[in-house]
Amino acid sequence: MGRVGVVLCPCELEGVPLFNPEVLVEGLKRRGDVLPFIHYPPVCSELGMEAIRAFLEKSELDRAIVTCSKPELFGPTFKKALRQWGLNPSLSEVLGIRPAPERGGLQEATGDVLILIERKIDEIRERVPSKSQGVPFTKRVMVIGGGITGITASIDLGNAGYEVLLVDRLPSIGGRMLQLSETFPTLDCAQCTLTPKTVETGQHSQIRLITYAEIESVSGEVGNFLVKIRRKAAYVDWAKCTGCGLCQEKCPSKVHSEFERGIGPGKAIYTLSPQAVPNKPVINRELCRYFTRGKCRVCEKVCPVGAIDYEQEDTFIEERVGAIIVATGFDLYPKEEIGEYGYGDVPDVIDGLAFERLLSASGPTAGEIRRPSDGRIPKEMVFIQCVASRDPERYMPYCSRACCMYTAKHARLYKHKVHDGRAYIFYMDIRSMGKGYEEFIQQGVEEEGILYLRGRVSRLFRDNDHVVVWGVDTLTGKKVDIAADMVVLATAMIPSHGIRELAEKLHIKTDEYGFLTEAQWKLYPVETGVEGVYLAGCAQGPKDIADTVAQGDAAASKVQALFAQH
Amino acid sequence: MEYLYFPGCTLYTKAKNLDEAGRECAKVLGFELKELSNWTCCGAAFPLAKDNIMALAPPARILARAKEEGGTLTTLCSVCFNVIKRTNRLIRGDEERREKINTFIEMDYQGDVQVLHYLEILKRDVGFDSLKAAVKRDLQGLKVAPFYGCMLLRPFEEMEFDDKEAPTIFEEFLEGITCEPVDFPYKIECCGAFQSVGAPEVAMECAYAILNSALKNGAEAVTTTCPLCQFNIDSMQREIRERYNDFPGIPIIYFTQLLGLALGLPIEKLDFNRNDVDPRPLMKEKGLL
Amino acid sequence: MKIEVSRRKVHNEFAQKVEEISGQNLFACYQCGNCTAGCPVSFAMDLGPHQVIRFCLLGLEEEVLKSNTFWMCASCLQCTSRCPKGLDIARIMEAIRLVILRKKERLDRLEVAELSEEFLERVPQIALISGFRKFSS
Repeated sequence: MGRVGVVLCPCELEGVPLFNPEVLVEGLKRRGDVLPFIHYPPVCSELGMEAIRAFLEKSELDRAIVTCSKPELFGPTFKKALRQWGLNPSLSEVLGIRPAPERGGLQEATGDVLILIERKIDEIRERVPSKSQGVPFTKRVMVIGGGITGITASIDLGNAGYEVLLVDRLPSIGGRMLQLSETFPTLDCAQCTLTPKTVETGQHSQIRLITYAEIESVSGEVGNFLVKIRRKAAYVDWAKCTGCGLCQEKCPSKVHSEFERGIGPGKAIYTLSPQAVPNKPVINRELCRYFTRGKCRVCEKVCPVGAIDYEQEDTFIEERVGAIIVATGFDLYPKEEIGEYGYGDVPDVIDGLAFERLLSASGPTAGEIRRPSDGRIPKEMVFIQCVASRDPERYMPYCSRACCMYTAKHARLYKHKVHDGRAYIFYMDIRSMGKGYEEFIQQGVEEEGILYLRGRVSRLFRDNDHVVVWGVDTLTGKKVDIAADMVVLATAMIPSHGIRELAEKLHIKTDEYGFLTEAQWKLYPVETGVEGVYLAGCAQGPKDIADTVAQGDAAASKVQALFAQH
Repeated sequence: MEYLYFPGCTLYTKAKNLDEAGRECAKVLGFELKELSNWTCCGAAFPLAKDNIMALAPPARILARAKEEGGTLTTLCSVCFNVIKRTNRLIRGDEERREKINTFIEMDYQGDVQVLHYLEILKRDVGFDSLKAAVKRDLQGLKVAPFYGCMLLRPFEEMEFDDKEAPTIFEEFLEGITCEPVDFPYKIECCGAFQSVGAPEVAMECAYAILNSALKNGAEAVTTTCPLCQFNIDSMQREIRERYNDFPGIPIIYFTQLLGLALGLPIEKLDFNRNDVDPRPLMKEKGLL
Repeated sequence: MKIEVSRRKVHNEFAQKVEEISGQNLFACYQCGNCTAGCPVSFAMDLGPHQVIRFCLLGLEEEVLKSNTFWMCASCLQCTSRCPKGLDIARIMEAIRLVILRKKERLDRLEVAELSEEFLERVPQIALISGFRKFSS
């Protein structure tokens, strides 16, 4: 076995040297099996990169380590370069060097770095070249999450001629946007803008939908990921099912519907919407009468093609892809955990997505605004922004970015439907930075008489048929009491559940809230620390549809650039 | 079971009806309240100024004595409970102030005495199911609103007593003694506390809002754990009636009195004559006397 | 209606004294008003607790000390328990009380002599003791 090349980047981190280069080089030279190389200026410069290439070529090395103070930033660049210069990716590594807090002087730090590098040398010397050597680069891509972000990326990549596997854990694609009524700032019907996209995705010759499925495991590396997927048992044979909808119609159950956010009932056998793509139902085992009580089987009886299969089990499939885009979206912070707003026990206090369902023509009230408790049309209508957002002490410290706009939209749509009602919005700041956003807010105030009250709401509770709201208007300095008919909470956006487990499978990082961490916020916004794995949409942080679509496009173009190199 | 009992200033005098019923009930339920020897007033307010070490000395001394006498310390009064529990936690977690306090009280106390409220003893050590089994006088149909007030609950990270927005221990207790608990939104609001001496009209408005909320939700009586709450929502009903002619009034009963009633203690032991709004007409109406 | 804002006034000695006694950072307040919204006695206050914090930060000592807010505060800790920034507002109110009570003029808010005998007869010790701890030096 030849020597291991060690390329030392002398880069300093925030002006602090991480090691003494001369001492480190001397230390490494003491081992006979190492060829150290150091270059000024730092190796990430154009000159530096060229110098490494020349060094590797001249020395005929097959194994190499590049040290770097910001591996999440430069790691993918170095890895790619190493591969291009002919090194087997499994035999080369980018090693992050960071100042350890317990380190004393530079001498001690250099000693620590030497140990770190030597350990890595020993490990790399042990490695057997991976099988991927010689395995062709797979130009197929997997998109995880079938919301508007994943759909956008999939269509881009499909149109570029690449095969796309679009995985979603729900029975059909469309994600959160499918739950929305109209979207700001244009007040376009969300379903009318989204449905053509979902249909296009479903019919695209290059896109294969794998819905009602979850990622089980991921192995391999860029160009050659092997993904194991669990397809959840639908208890319906989708190959036979024609999507006629008779089973849903006849199903005798009336159950909580996650899609309707609890304000409208659902069925135990269901599709998410009449325009679902794919238009195939699944049975919710926990709610189905047959599964829970052993009696019913109505769906089986009415199905004209005999597609119901109570014996169905989860199945596993394996797919090889060259790149992965993660676009798993968001959940809302559960109002059930917000004590001062009644722990979700006040029926006429709902969250923003539930209000979307109330506004939606396809929702449980066919778009009429009727409050959950008694079906009355609310006349004193309170909206509260920043609920569980911007609250570092108790909930989420960050701004959820979309709530200012969607709350303004909620209030305006409310006024369009209830002319004699009054809408009040409690807010702390209005953040309306998008194109046409500020105008949208002001129009709501001036033309529709929406009253903004600056301040938080400390508490709300049910009092007979009212919801008592204890707020404040800091512009007058006064405490505000409102006997509201209904309250909508703009609760914080949080990453969708299961994101940490998924990130672990992909070896990518999450922040303390579970949002996926991009390689670098400004210059590498859709890259991750793993080459070939990209992120997009609210999985990375709260954002509105316009931003999320832009990111979906960005991630798709990154994959195209990657594939074009092979 | 034996607990060191810290009565506090008011329970020896104005709140005898809280104290005596509590002691009697302990006997019936088979645990002993051993009165802490040489106790002093706890100070009746946890000092909120960081530099006010002196006000921590009395509760610290109470705790250090409890340590010497070797036991779990219990109180009936919410304010005492709050002051002592917060002081205990401060001594445990703040080395610098612990040393200062110890120098001041000339004792060496590390903050390791367990402090429990009487309700917690009922819940943890007696158990509300056993309590139910010990009920002699069925209170079924008696609609009681539990008033928690502030001091049992806040600051909740320090008190670790119950949920800060929707506590339930009091309701569980009431169910245990066969009462019908009445949930009402003002159960965690403030009675006005010491404003009854500083700004009595303000305390009166606080009490009025609380009692209205209880009445509106169908309560026939309100129960408290605190002599300060008791004074503000019981005695201050005089002022409330002067201001609001249509205010119907509602009896305010210490939780130990209700407990004694359920456990079948003789009525004269329950000192109902000490309650400002006489609960006895309600008791008669309910067939409990 | 007009105030001076300058290095001399903002976060002045008074503001720092309030911070020191309370152990709270006045700059941390982002003026959401949650304290005022949930305060059970804000109906009787001439400034909301959030305004008092702002006035302190701006160094408006005179305006703060002549307000009744901190005297009305009942230390119920409702504000403290719900402050999204983790400020202990009850401690800030206590600090302002102490700024007055620790002055050498001994400007007590409450004198025993002011209380009627009938009231003293009625009122429990706990109210008197806690009251005098809050309202007198």
